[in-house]
Amino acid sequence: MGKDGSNVVSNKLQISIYRYRPEHDEAPWMQDLEYETGGRDLMVLDVLEGLREQDPSLSYRRSCREGVCGSDGMNISGRNNLACITPLSQAAPDGRLVLRPLPGLPVVRDLVVDMTMFYRQYESIAPYLINDSPPPAIERLQSPEQRAQLDGLYECILCACCSTSCPSFWWNPERFVGPAGLLQAWRFLADSRDTADEERLAGLEDAFSLFRCHGIQNCVASCPKKLNPTRAIGEIRNQLIKRAV
Amino acid sequence: MGNGAVRAARVASASSFGRTGVQDWLVQRLSAVVLLAYTLFLVIFFLRHPQLSYMEWRELFATSAMRLFSVLALLALASHAWIGLWAVTTDYLTTRLLGSRATLLRLLAQCAVLLLIFGYLGVGTLAIFR
Amino acid sequence: MAQMRSMTFDALIIGGGGAGLRTALQLSGSGYRTAVVSKVFPTRSHTVSAQGGITCAIGSADAEDDWRWHMYDTVKGADYIGDQAAIEYMCRTGPEVVFELEHMGLPFSRTDEGRIYQRPFGGQSREYGKGGQAARTCAAADRTGHALLHTLYQNNLRHETTFFNEWFAVDLVLNSAGTVTGVIAINIEDGETVLLQSRATVLATGGAGRIYASTTNAHINTGDGIAMALRAGIMVQDMEMWQFHPTGIHGAGVLVTEGCRGEGGYLINRDGERFMERYAPNAKDLAGRDVVARSMVLELQEERGCGDERDHLLLKLDHLGEEVLNSRLPGICELARTFAHVDPVREPIPVVPTCHYMMGGVPVNIDGQILRQADDGSDEVVAGLYACGESACVSVHGANRLGGNSLLDLVVFGRATGQFIESALRDGISLESASSDDVERAMARLRRLDSGSAGNNGDTPAALRRAMQGIMQRCFGVFRSGELMRTGRDELQALRPRIEALSLSDQSSVFNTERFEVLELQNLYEVAEATAFTAELRTESRGAHAREDYQERDDENWLCHSLYWRDGNRCGRRAVNFSPAGMDAFQPTVRSY
Repeated sequence: MGKDGSNVVSNKLQISIYRYRPEHDEAPWMQDLEYETGGRDLMVLDVLEGLREQDPSLSYRRSCREGVCGSDGMNISGRNNLACITPLSQAAPDGRLVLRPLPGLPVVRDLVVDMTMFYRQYESIAPYLINDSPPPAIERLQSPEQRAQLDGLYECILCACCSTSCPSFWWNPERFVGPAGLLQAWRFLADSRDTADEERLAGLEDAFSLFRCHGIQNCVASCPKKLNPTRAIGEIRNQLIKRAV
Repeated sequence: MGNGAVRAARVASASSFGRTGVQDWLVQRLSAVVLLAYTLFLVIFFLRHPQLSYMEWRELFATSAMRLFSVLALLALASHAWIGLWAVTTDYLTTRLLGSRATLLRLLAQCAVLLLIFGYLGVGTLAIFR
Repeated sequence: MAQMRSMTFDALIIGGGGAGLRTALQLSGSGYRTAVVSKVFPTRSHTVSAQGGITCAIGSADAEDDWRWHMYDTVKGADYIGDQAAIEYMCRTGPEVVFELEHMGLPFSRTDEGRIYQRPFGGQSREYGKGGQAARTCAAADRTGHALLHTLYQNNLRHETTFFNEWFAVDLVLNSAGTVTGVIAINIEDGETVLLQSRATVLATGGAGRIYASTTNAHINTGDGIAMALRAGIMVQDMEMWQFHPTGIHGAGVLVTEGCRGEGGYLINRDGERFMERYAPNAKDLAGRDVVARSMVLELQEERGCGDERDHLLLKLDHLGEEVLNSRLPGICELARTFAHVDPVREPIPVVPTCHYMMGGVPVNIDGQILRQADDGSDEVVAGLYACGESACVSVHGANRLGGNSLLDLVVFGRATGQFIESALRDGISLESASSDDVERAMARLRRLDSGSAGNNGDTPAALRRAMQGIMQRCFGVFRSGELMRTGRDELQALRPRIEALSLSDQSSVFNTERFEVLELQNLYEVAEATAFTAELRTESRGAHAREDYQERDDENWLCHSLYWRDGNRCGRRAVNFSPAGMDAFQPTVRSY
């Protein structure tokens, strides 16, 4: 390789992969495998697809394979990321790849986690535009500047890489909305067309929903779409404080 | 159109003793400012009195302004500690981490923290006004 | 085996992409008990990958724009085998449906006037082809599908649609009267098989681009609905018509939106020549996708491809400037850096024509009702079953779809199907019952797979899928010829018994992806076979179907839809609709760009 700008990757990849089949395994275990990369800088998902051809019992989610559907979030060599857009040159520069499910959520099987809690938190912030005034015959107008407020917010793909890297979400997933949910909360608060600011803010003023964020920014570091939930949380907090004093 | 109300995840407020996150957040910042001011004042005082005697120290605390400032700092410290430790107990002493006994454990821990804080508060206030 | 659990709904939608969610929203918004069965969490459906936009004459970029011009472009783009009443309906209703999406919160990009931003796309014109290039594609940067899908899912949450997320629909249940009464579905998470019954069942299962080796489609695009319909004895239409998108990233297959060329990008060959000027002097890089894809293959055949292997062409964007690229095409820049290792701000993107869209599907009318052919050749309705989106063939795309028309198709006909079912439910549809024999028939495939008696003879789903994809790529690609297609068809049919005999090496029930991989491969195979038979049947070149042995369009014999039944690989024809409701039809003429 090299000519197309990609990094040279070792031929033999040492993989350690989290396995748990509830019907077969009493406890989760790490399976050690070797994989022939042919020196190509494959994506981690390519490697998984190759492994699954050899062992069809290996389970994980995947769909678009281009980083927009958010299915294949997992913990790749210690960092949450999407398998389909993480090249080996980044995930296993030393030829060792460690794959685990996203931390903090119950494991269903192998790399598949139960995302119920994550989705529930998303639903809790009323993730839809609220504007009960009768709509005009055409679109509601919005200036490019107003629309620009939504950039960096609406692009979230709900992959859960951020929330499952957040200790506050690990400790209190029932009560802390988590970075992904709060990013969407701000997406609607920031939308010039939404009229439910007061209700949205009232729903977040308790001690847990938003205020459990301690600003450690794991969410920012782990977002595969380079979004910034911490900044969004800060924006909501400022609004809440402005509203209170 | 249908259901316009925000159905936000309301937290069981029993364990947060009726305070909101905004109040906690403000109290933490305000108390921190008071503590910072108090600390700075004391540091400057010490620097200006390199050979501090017991008499000078008593004189300082004889003024009602200093007594008020000290009580304020003590209250700030107490509330700051309570909010901080309450957060710690609700992060780590949870059913999620410890199972069903967590609620009891957490309440016990919170009671202990409260007792300690009120104890310090009492002793501190006595020390200032004695 | 214990008694199978069953659940009953007013409406059951199979598929949680744009079309399915729009239908569901219509029905749950009116208070009907509506359930969506989706094999992935809905926002992971392939609609999420649509980039460029949704084409619609909303009159933002051009106040004079007219839906009839859009209709003309669509009819011409379809190479005249699109049904004109349906195209008329889509283009006329479009603005209303797009405004609805905006009211629901879709974050469209904006013009300085605060209106929805529209960009030029391929095949678009003003004044019925005489007024030059139009700008008609409404966009949310280059993430329109993502924005649209999330908006629809969010509004379904608001209206409390029931979601069966990560449930896989296996087969339709038909009673002895031929009425569809529901579907057999498996909960992927725990393997439970359930009978879902409904007064109305909607197939919104999307495309099947995974029949080809090189495709822009997601792994999940396996034609499940098409195959379910075929197994239930329902005919499919125009399955030879597959769109090859001119710009899939070389090697990876990932889509690069036509919006790149809409914003001013263009294709070059190894000499740096803008070769589309030769093939389409007027529209150039914004000619129909079939035209551009064929021109690219010709360039490659004439050794003017780029790279050491001369096996790709280049999409040049750097002249647009960093600011335009970052504001209008941020997603593309990201994809190019990740999958082609180039930064479009400085270098061109290596691209090749890549399988992108299935113009064919289950034939339906404007109300989404699935059609079958009566003995006298006339259309009649299959009771209880509907379809919309890519899995349906209304047909608004005919032999070639225009860019930006797929998202419009999803929401216009998703809504229309919902509206029709809504009125039918209001009028009262009785819940038809199915006997245990009917249910058992629908369970046959699953029973065979789970019995695991067949033995695989060394076959794996992955190897068989690769073999099938290789055949389709080689024999049913951009250019086709009778001899090659016959070879391909024979090779393909040799795979059927092996694919049907596949058993599971892993019999576990919790999130057993192997089970679904086999079921999906069986579905893909049905689609591939339908394509193979109808492609060979159509002895002409039209739209995306380009034959080296029949290079001309043959309106005398082939101004019609092709039909295909699974039983006996029977093929047939169906008339194209030339009767728009409120205007004269556009008559076929020479199609040039």
